[in-house]
Amino acid sequence: MSFPWAKCYEPNTAIERWLDERLPLPRLIYGCVGMGYPVPRNLNYMWNFGVLAGFFLFLQIITGVILAMHYAANADVAFATTEHIMRNVNWGWLMRYAHANGASFFFIVIYLHIFRGFYYSSYKAPREMIWLLGVVIFLLMMATAFMGYVLPWGQMSFWGAKVITGLFGAIPLVGEPLQVWLLGGFAPDNAALNRFFSLHFLLPFVIAGVVILHIWALHIPGSSNPTGVEIKQESDTVPFHPYYTAKDGFGLGLILLFFAFMVFFLPNTLGHPDNYIEANPLSTPALIVPEWYFYPFYAILRAFTFDFLFIPAKLMGVLAMFASILIWFILPWLDKSPVRSARFRPLYRTFFWVLMADMALLFYLGGAHAEEPYIMLSQIATAYYFLHFLVIVPIISQIEKPAPLPFSITEAVLGKDDGAVLDGADATPAKLAGASA
Amino acid sequence: MTEMMEDGVRRRDFITIAATGAGGVGALGAVYPLVSQMAPSADVLAESTTEVDVSAIEEGQSIKAVFRKQPLFVKRLTAAEIEKAKSEDGADLREPETLADRTQEGHEDILVVMGVCTHLGCVPLGAAEGEDKGEYDGYFCPCHGSHYDVAGRIRKGPAPTNLLVPEYAFTSDTVIQVG
Repeated sequence: MSFPWAKCYEPNTAIERWLDERLPLPRLIYGCVGMGYPVPRNLNYMWNFGVLAGFFLFLQIITGVILAMHYAANADVAFATTEHIMRNVNWGWLMRYAHANGASFFFIVIYLHIFRGFYYSSYKAPREMIWLLGVVIFLLMMATAFMGYVLPWGQMSFWGAKVITGLFGAIPLVGEPLQVWLLGGFAPDNAALNRFFSLHFLLPFVIAGVVILHIWALHIPGSSNPTGVEIKQESDTVPFHPYYTAKDGFGLGLILLFFAFMVFFLPNTLGHPDNYIEANPLSTPALIVPEWYFYPFYAILRAFTFDFLFIPAKLMGVLAMFASILIWFILPWLDKSPVRSARFRPLYRTFFWVLMADMALLFYLGGAHAEEPYIMLSQIATAYYFLHFLVIVPIISQIEKPAPLPFSITEAVLGKDDGAVLDGADATPAKLAGASA
Repeated sequence: MTEMMEDGVRRRDFITIAATGAGGVGALGAVYPLVSQMAPSADVLAESTTEVDVSAIEEGQSIKAVFRKQPLFVKRLTAAEIEKAKSEDGADLREPETLADRTQEGHEDILVVMGVCTHLGCVPLGAAEGEDKGEYDGYFCPCHGSHYDVAGRIRKGPAPTNLLVPEYAFTSDTVIQVG
């Protein structure tokens, strides 16, 4: 960390000194998530979700590696070995339910983490790289979750795989050969199942790698905070440990209560009953839907039922769906307002909540049947989604008059900051003397 | 080691470019099998033709066969359906094709299409009795609401093209070979 008041790691015992000279791993941990990392003193509970996301990634890797010990990625037996895990393997049901619901909870905390970023504009300079890496993590999560859902080889697995790989078939010229290449056949079958399993095992470790980059990038400027005012002095910060290890621990306890409730009492609520029917290439379920966490993007995909600007409807839907996430990559450059936190941006705050309502509507529509009035509503909601990022946010950042910002985090918390001085001409020696008197 | 040639090019420059170039070509060659292994394997390609006996299909009835692990709809159209399809040949179609284009000469009543929606690959309804045939009395894809007409032509919804008519031939009066 770059703050001069950050505490330094001091090895106290001979063994710590021995290790510190050879592999300073304790020093790294001390500086990253220990007493050596000064963090704004005013973080609210929305700042819990990064650590919670890390926890759920860890949980998914542990339960996933265990499931892989009992599962066989072969189209003839994949469905049967999934049931074998549920019925025969000791605690297999717990591992599978924890893994399936763990994926949902991973997305819940990630969405809250991303929306925190929207509200407090965490993506703004100097934190653009943290944001960009975060979007990469989200895309990797989507790919991983999609391939994981194929593995039980139920009806939704099969038809989900068919529909999602069909997206690539929409690309002009190379689409069809690309789709056949991705599947290793003309429809999802053993070849596709095997490669999805291989990649589903690999990608979480890639995610873990990008998470390390994400945290590394975070530690250059340090954490943002609810006021959006940068750290100025030691009184603006507290050490990560014990203050935020305790706060994150409390948040973890709460979400684990909720998680345990879902795993033990409503384990299939977030899933789809059709996935307990074995994959049948000749029969499409009445309603093909992805897992709930893809609903908003699925609604955008389905919104294009007409050709748009000479682009065929099918390709347009695919482009719009990918664009709806890729647009986040340029968000730091679309929002030019120098003020970060929506607390001091009345207009942006209003439109943030309109966006949330729009995404809630898209979420609902993504799970609905492809019929009116849902199609028209999807089109309106999709149009608004893009309008928010491409038009509303850039315009607001030009015309908005922000509310007055506190001088420092200390002032925001305590109501006064003895070290506060005004910029420029007011910062005369006389004023400074007056402030300290 | 500073042997300079007359034009200022060092021996070392040549070796660097030659070695990097040869290494690059080698690396590209190594990538080819890594990419190609993902394409359909020999056993998948071996299952790429299917024979269907159409003699048992009654007027107005469809059967579902399997071609390349995907459903294939073979339907014997009724006289009324043939009339309806022909009368709509001139309609405002997204992909203009006449019934004659989509069937074989002398077998206008046999319509062979892939049971794969051209949108994102769901199996459309309408081949089995009692299923929703959509607004144009042909096939209806429940996934994203594409409507196909009697001749399997796209009329409404997100699908870009008509239901695919695979390559097939009548090997006798009653048997077709697909693929």
